[in-house]
Amino acid sequence: MLDLLTGFVAELRAAGIPVSLTEHLDAAETLRHVPLEDREAIKYTLGASLVKSSTHWPAYETAFEIYFSMRGPSYSITGEDDESGPESEDEEGSSQPGQGGRQGKGRGGGGGEGMTPEELADMLYKALLSSNAAMVQAVARQAVDRYAGMEAGRPVGGTYYLYRTLRNLDLDKVMDRLIEQARQSTSSLNDEPGHDPGSPDVALTPLEERLLRDEYQSRIDQLRKEIESEIRRRLVADRGSEALAKSIRKPLPEDIDVMHATRDELVALRKSLAPLSRKLAVRLARKRRHGRKGPLDFRSTMRHALSTGGVPMDPKFRYPRPSKPEIIVIADISGSVASFARFTLHLVHAISSQFSKVRSFVFIDGIDEVTSFFEGVDDPTEAVHRINTEADVVWVDGHSDYGHALTVFWERWGEEINPKSSILLLGDARNNYHSTGAWVIKEMKARARHVYWLNPEPRAYWDSGDSVVGEYANYCDEVVECRTLRQLERFVGELA
Amino acid sequence: MTSDTTPTERAREEITSGFPEAGAPRFESIDAVRAGLAGVQYLADDGISGVVYLADRLAKPVLVEGPAGTGKTELAKSVARLTGSRLIRLQCYEGLDESKALYEWNYKKQLLRIQADSGQSWQQLEDDIFSEEFLLTRPLLEAIKSTEPVVLLIDEIDRVELETEALLLEILSEYQVSIPELGTVRATQIPLVFLTSNNTRELSEALKRRCLYLHIDYPQLERERQIIETRVPGISQALADQVARIVRSIRSLDLKKAPSVSETLDWARTLVVLGVESIDAEQAKDTLHILLKYRSDIDRAAKELAGLDTTG
Repeated sequence: MLDLLTGFVAELRAAGIPVSLTEHLDAAETLRHVPLEDREAIKYTLGASLVKSSTHWPAYETAFEIYFSMRGPSYSITGEDDESGPESEDEEGSSQPGQGGRQGKGRGGGGGEGMTPEELADMLYKALLSSNAAMVQAVARQAVDRYAGMEAGRPVGGTYYLYRTLRNLDLDKVMDRLIEQARQSTSSLNDEPGHDPGSPDVALTPLEERLLRDEYQSRIDQLRKEIESEIRRRLVADRGSEALAKSIRKPLPEDIDVMHATRDELVALRKSLAPLSRKLAVRLARKRRHGRKGPLDFRSTMRHALSTGGVPMDPKFRYPRPSKPEIIVIADISGSVASFARFTLHLVHAISSQFSKVRSFVFIDGIDEVTSFFEGVDDPTEAVHRINTEADVVWVDGHSDYGHALTVFWERWGEEINPKSSILLLGDARNNYHSTGAWVIKEMKARARHVYWLNPEPRAYWDSGDSVVGEYANYCDEVVECRTLRQLERFVGELA
Repeated sequence: MTSDTTPTERAREEITSGFPEAGAPRFESIDAVRAGLAGVQYLADDGISGVVYLADRLAKPVLVEGPAGTGKTELAKSVARLTGSRLIRLQCYEGLDESKALYEWNYKKQLLRIQADSGQSWQQLEDDIFSEEFLLTRPLLEAIKSTEPVVLLIDEIDRVELETEALLLEILSEYQVSIPELGTVRATQIPLVFLTSNNTRELSEALKRRCLYLHIDYPQLERERQIIETRVPGISQALADQVARIVRSIRSLDLKKAPSVSETLDWARTLVVLGVESIDAEQAKDTLHILLKYRSDIDRAAKELAGLDTTG
């Protein structure tokens, strides 16, 4: 068990979760107190000593599933012994992961003998309708058998199998069917004389339909999770936990590469952005308040000296009021870097109280000021949404043209740059072989306090293909690689 | 004074002699924790009961994080009620320092002592004025010195400065407080310590390392329903179920501030007072301001709940 724990801790560290030696010892101590057969309890108590941040929890959970699945309740399912497993249902169907294309032939349990797709769909539907956990599990197992087409020894992650399974199940259609069914049943209930008092009078009201939809959605999510862990269990049995852990390791939200994030990852990113910007704002405000001391405040010192008989025991100082920088953000929002630009705008505006002024411009090949979108809106998300729909950023063809955008910027707003402004340029500088307009950056540099360029591409790709970031870099104070939230946070923190 | 030990030394011995005993475990098993907490109207899930149990067994403090209003402070109170211990609470704020959190010498009393008795030698006087009589105990020292069982709640630890956190480190890992003039005060019993944080800043590694970590999130539907049923007297099952469902739907929206458990309970109470049997969209809209505290959030939720017409 201790060996397993050590491997587990190593895996957590590899996934980026900092686990110190004392925490490891605590975890080992934990195992002495918690009954080993209670897997859920182990998961939570181990987590209590190993994971010290809620954003790390998903990564922890994934690793836990992998490392502790063989010894968990799934032991019999993934084991080699088809016949003797304690669980009655789907025993044969789930053993021997791999053998792609094998027909799932579950016996008994949930009523699935050599199920046809129709039967499976029906069973799925019933399971979701009744929210029976065991049945959902059975369906997940069946579905993986039938659709995932897993092959032994193939070095792919679980996502591929998951995708295949879900595509075949077509959960959206199931959802529609569930809602339809609910509508019918309520209207038919009304016809009967003594219908359920809990149900509504006429048809489903929008509110109720909404609630039902959410309810089914959560059940479907549950099913998804079941399928995911089912696939994972089989992969573990096939390839062993260590090999697998490496291939399906989930990055922490702050380490996700913004440019290549999947949809789920973007959701996670957006979630962690709000607390991150809040923390950053608090930290900067504190830094501004403390840190340095101003000149002696004579009046205040004398006032306080009265309580010590006129002896100035405790000198008071004025708080310094360092000038806040003015920020001008110029962001490329063309396809490839759009999400990165959005995150940065969001972050900068969320902490705008730390700057004397924030002005934002977005461009693709035309450029437009979007500062007003953020004014008077207490939710940057909304403003970012408006940028996508309203900003006038297309000039000719909607392909990035840095040269034209910069030139126009200089003509229209160049006058307003002053020695207090710091300019942030966001973009990958992939210019589609247009002229670069680098002279604008040079002019900016002469007039502004600082010019920074944030590039969401890995440093290795810079100046390859149509990337001209090197040309701009000549005139920038600094060009920063900014691929993850962590890097972005560090940069913005230093800026203020 | 017959012996040749000075009063200070004796005081030191007295204080340090009580070495912290791990004491009998407070809880039998994880299930016992959960059942016990349910007995004092706190419904714990697997994570919460597991960590509380472990905190007792390992004699480690628990760092509780999570969104506001999910029952972090309530957990500490409930555990205190469950174990029949005294709850000592330290509310943190910016600018909290040693003299407010740990101990302070009672200067005025010391001054009076010096003036009242001017004939004594300096040595005697010094021993005298730095004795426990002149020590004002603050929450942390009080929790350590207490002979009866104690639950120590350090609330909103994220509000103090990073440097102030260091004050807590000794007490959290060793259950002792060092007072330069007096010696080290050790705990006679190990208190159960809960630290809560709203996560407005990153806590230091040193602090995190000494604690067990518990993240309390918004409860699952089933648990929330049970919470509503236990905490709101006179609510019908159907209504509790509906409330929990609506709240879940609202939380799934992208809001500035999702409704917390305490707000949910307020809402449920309001509905009971209003005599509502079953919520319709109109009533929900009229009472949303109890659940949500931002104009934009209320508008958004009202729109989502009522306006989602039969598009499917």
